[in-house]
Amino acid sequence: MGSRNRKYRIVRFSVLAAALILMGIGLWKQEQTEVLGKAVRICLECIGIG
Amino acid sequence: MPGMHRNRVKGGAATASGTEAGAGREIGGKPEDSAPGNRDVESIAPENMNEGSTASENMNGGSTAPESMMNGGSTAPESMNGGSTAPQNGGREKAAASGGASGPRISRQRMFQLAAAVLFNGYAAGFHKGKIFTGKSKAVCVPVLNCYSCPGALGACPIGALQTALGGIKHHFPFYVLGMLMLFGIVLGRVICGLLCPFGLVQDLLHKIPLPKWKVPRKIDKPARYIKYAVLAVLVILLPAFAVTESGVTPPYFCQYICPAGTLEGGIPLLLADSGLRQVAGALFQWKLAVLAAVLLASVVIHRPFCRYLCPLGAFYSLFNRFSFYQMNLDSSRCVGCGQCEKVCPMAVEVTRDCNGPECIRCGKCKEVCPVQAISCGFVRREGKA
Repeated sequence: MGSRNRKYRIVRFSVLAAALILMGIGLWKQEQTEVLGKAVRICLECIGIG
Repeated sequence: MPGMHRNRVKGGAATASGTEAGAGREIGGKPEDSAPGNRDVESIAPENMNEGSTASENMNGGSTAPESMMNGGSTAPESMNGGSTAPQNGGREKAAASGGASGPRISRQRMFQLAAAVLFNGYAAGFHKGKIFTGKSKAVCVPVLNCYSCPGALGACPIGALQTALGGIKHHFPFYVLGMLMLFGIVLGRVICGLLCPFGLVQDLLHKIPLPKWKVPRKIDKPARYIKYAVLAVLVILLPAFAVTESGVTPPYFCQYICPAGTLEGGIPLLLADSGLRQVAGALFQWKLAVLAAVLLASVVIHRPFCRYLCPLGAFYSLFNRFSFYQMNLDSSRCVGCGQCEKVCPMAVEVTRDCNGPECIRCGKCKEVCPVQAISCGFVRREGKA
């Protein structure tokens, strides 16, 4: 149990770190503007028209 | 921990009181078949026990599960049963009775779901105007499947944003959206599905309609659950990334052909408010309406069919369920193997075998019904327990 907990803990924090790094890279590359640009226009495909 | 209690369950079942053991053995018909792991649920039958419990939870949930779902994992048996930790149902029944006397009460899960639905779709004026919110908060993805073309949406849909990044004109690796999805997944896991998703709420409410329920046979249910992974891989990732059209932009295939949440939250409100959009709606919209109708009708008889079989976001979060900071915990030293938890589980999770499996949406129904408060949930502490 102890070793499993330790493994899970390592995975947990590794994924958390990876997530934060990916987000950081994305923010550095200004990817949030692309998300915003898509989200503020009506997505015709999403609503079944486009 | 998941594997820890396998032997314990069988031993516990033998020591359980006759009433509890009997109650826990009704699912499969034959007593020996209904032990955890050996259940045979291949029957089309009303989920009598399940539905009864669910209704009871809805009426009395507040009184039977007073501690917070998000309180850091307090098992708090005292608060559940008046200080008694003995394996008995008396305290729970009294609590339920007192809750019933004070009238219908909304369950904790429902409160979370409603609050999240309002929080993620708080731009009420959009429904009236037939326009969507255009503020900067839409640069941030919400953790749930919530269409960004919903007039009330205050954030971006992560699945839509992922397809846009992969299939947009730049066709780039989606660092930002993927990082955000991984962050949601590793912190919360599928508690997002159970407590925060508005489309999950819609399915839950439809399942309350008092009609016979269909318990999907395991030989269909188990393989069908892999469909959502195929949807994630093919429609959300591979096609947008590689099936490039002449224009250089690939459409968001999942949103375009499948997503019932987009039709319900975005398509229908916008078309109701905008006559111009109504005029251009054609065969594709009719197809999406048919998909939505099928999912909604199926939700009446099957619990959360979309979450079980189709949702790519649930598929993504399920990859993190076992490792997420928010965890379920089953105390094997308390478990008496009565099987009540597995009977009420809306996602048909084998709670006593693998309470943190990929299908668990952490709705907390197993925790509420456990007669010995062996199940807890919350954020993991240093020693690895929730």
